[in-house]
Amino acid sequence: MKDKEKAKSVKIALAGNPNSGKTTVFNNLTGGRQHVGNWPGVTVEKKEGKYSYNGCEVTVVDLPGIYSLTAYSLDERIARDFLVREKPDAVVAVIDASNLERNLYLVTQLLELGAHVILELNMMDMVRSRGVEIDTGKLSAVLGIPIVETVAHRGEGMDELKEAIAGAQAERGDSFKIDYDHDIEGEIEKLQNAASLPGFPSRWAAVKLLEGDAEVLKALENTEIVPLVLESQTKLERHLGYDLETALVERRYAFLSGLVRESTRKRLDLMERLDLSDRIDRVLVNRFLGIPIFLAMMWLVFQLVFSLGAPLADWIDAFMGWLGEAVSSGIQNVGGPPWLCSLLSDGIIGGVGSVLVFLPNIMLLFLAIAVLEASGYMARAAFVMDRLMHALGLHGKSFIPMLLGFGCNIPGIMATRTLESEKDRILTILVNPLMSCSARLPIYILFAGAFFPRNQGMVIFSLYLMGIILAVVVARVFKGIYFKGEVAPLIMELPPYRLPTLKGVLVHMWERSSLFLKKAGTIIFLGVVLIWFLASVPFGVDYASQESIIGKLGSVFAPLLKPAGFGSWQAGVALFFGILAKEVVVGTLGTLYGVEELGLTSAIQSHFTALSAYAFMVMALVYIPCIAAIATIKRETNWRWTGLAVSYSLVLGWGLAVLIYQIGAFLMTLK
Amino acid sequence: MPLSMVRPGERVRIIEIKGGRGIVGKLASMGFYPGVEIVVVSNSPGPLILNRGGIRMGLGYGMAHRILVSPIP
Repeated sequence: MKDKEKAKSVKIALAGNPNSGKTTVFNNLTGGRQHVGNWPGVTVEKKEGKYSYNGCEVTVVDLPGIYSLTAYSLDERIARDFLVREKPDAVVAVIDASNLERNLYLVTQLLELGAHVILELNMMDMVRSRGVEIDTGKLSAVLGIPIVETVAHRGEGMDELKEAIAGAQAERGDSFKIDYDHDIEGEIEKLQNAASLPGFPSRWAAVKLLEGDAEVLKALENTEIVPLVLESQTKLERHLGYDLETALVERRYAFLSGLVRESTRKRLDLMERLDLSDRIDRVLVNRFLGIPIFLAMMWLVFQLVFSLGAPLADWIDAFMGWLGEAVSSGIQNVGGPPWLCSLLSDGIIGGVGSVLVFLPNIMLLFLAIAVLEASGYMARAAFVMDRLMHALGLHGKSFIPMLLGFGCNIPGIMATRTLESEKDRILTILVNPLMSCSARLPIYILFAGAFFPRNQGMVIFSLYLMGIILAVVVARVFKGIYFKGEVAPLIMELPPYRLPTLKGVLVHMWERSSLFLKKAGTIIFLGVVLIWFLASVPFGVDYASQESIIGKLGSVFAPLLKPAGFGSWQAGVALFFGILAKEVVVGTLGTLYGVEELGLTSAIQSHFTALSAYAFMVMALVYIPCIAAIATIKRETNWRWTGLAVSYSLVLGWGLAVLIYQIGAFLMTLK
Repeated sequence: MPLSMVRPGERVRIIEIKGGRGIVGKLASMGFYPGVEIVVVSNSPGPLILNRGGIRMGLGYGMAHRILVSPIP
């Protein structure tokens, strides 16, 4: 045994229910040394970090928040596979100690799997404030594992935790067993002898087989154990009189409730009176009030984003204009070449600058989303919409990915991982791009600002609404064609309402806004430079004129766009480059028209009309997702669905723009 | 009786969960299984919200019919 000699590097995992404070613990342990990536083969986020303690380097892997280790949910499968394949030196089970029994369910699953568990009783402040005492000595003895008490959001107990982690490899508890009662145990023993699954404890495999675990069954499908399992299951169910899964669950909880009873001094009052959160829920989730309240909430968010964002945006706009001129004259003064002047002033500052102008609006939008998430309202929104979603043939859980899509389609598409049914998931992914992402916002602000200055908020809201309505219609259509069948039931834990902390919300907002900035820095920058280049060659041509390569490219598309009212080559080019990233549309227009004295707004006003502007915005809303989103769709599904997503959005976008323009133009002739 | 018939504010005990694949197990791992007492927070009708010792669970449309409960006097 290696008790005296501490290993130089150690790997641990954090496991726990959602809302148990696991993320806080992870942040406390790893601080800034974090890395976010993906679990291999899937796009579920994998967080890993490091810290040093006593000369030892500890790697911490944050497992997804889970309730158990069955095979039904992707998150649970990821956790299970990780534990078996990588065999971490320790697993810290982060528990909400005020809900001991429920949280311990996962712990028993971990122990049955043979993990080296350290039990971290978190949220001890809640427990103490309710006057409850937990006999950790007793718990520790029965479960055979070390226990640490913490209050993670205050940083208490972290040192004890690190100490326990350091000591974990030295101690090994006894093998843990839940007694499933005589008859079941008998069958377990029978199967155990035949169930040999490399890497998995045989008892665990036997229990899982009885439970009907699909993955374990599949792994053993060609062995003689399969008929034996069926035989055991039938025998037991006949004997018990009800289904085996329920029986196993009951035994586990019988064990747990006994354990909790013996180790807590004041029984946690299981029958809480309706507290504040519930009273709030009565109103917010009400059948009649729920949806109107939600819509009002969304309207409020939009007004906030625009009335607060506008003055800040103007300031940045003015700054960019000044910067462009200063750089331009600065270079001329030192005798620099005109092409450098053009590249910096027209190309980069003009292009990237016109996108950065919208940073305040986007940050406010992410701020609003962060507040809604932190307060707990977002989870309720899924339920308020569930009935409606159901009527539309969608799943209530589809709602949150769609809502995220308003910030950026990429996390929106990835959030569909929470949908257990593949059909529901793909359907939600297909319509997600219709949720107008924040990158399209600059386009709306520019055009709406130029043509509908007094009704900017209203016009933009109409576009978002249109996106939603289209999503519903398209989802219906696709469901009828490809995804006939029932929608999976919605089961979700609701966190209590809480007052968002300023720090938490700002951190969240910054995480997402910085993604936007990174995009500006890389894809948009490259795209804008590329456009500047195509606009400047062949050499000697006037910048961004029709004779440049880019002008010729735009002219190819122009005739297609004429029926939609914007048949100019500049519009064609801008839309074309919107495939790179939607922010590039504005950036392209900024570059092509140059940041003149009058500014981009006036340039727009002379090349579009109010009607064609609206048609243009509709096309921008619907047509083709950006490259990053397309890549995400491909990763989450396959080429077939990706192809469908791309083609339907192009056709629909163009078709709608044409329809709107033609009908509008016709109506105007009637006046 | 099915959970769908319980009025908000009432306490009931779960008797049976008629689940398809994994619903029994999933609800159980979240703390809801036969024998426990719960309070119905919202069922106006609309989304069904249950409370068990501070754990709040939302059940979507259709689930309420599948859970059988008995009232607690």
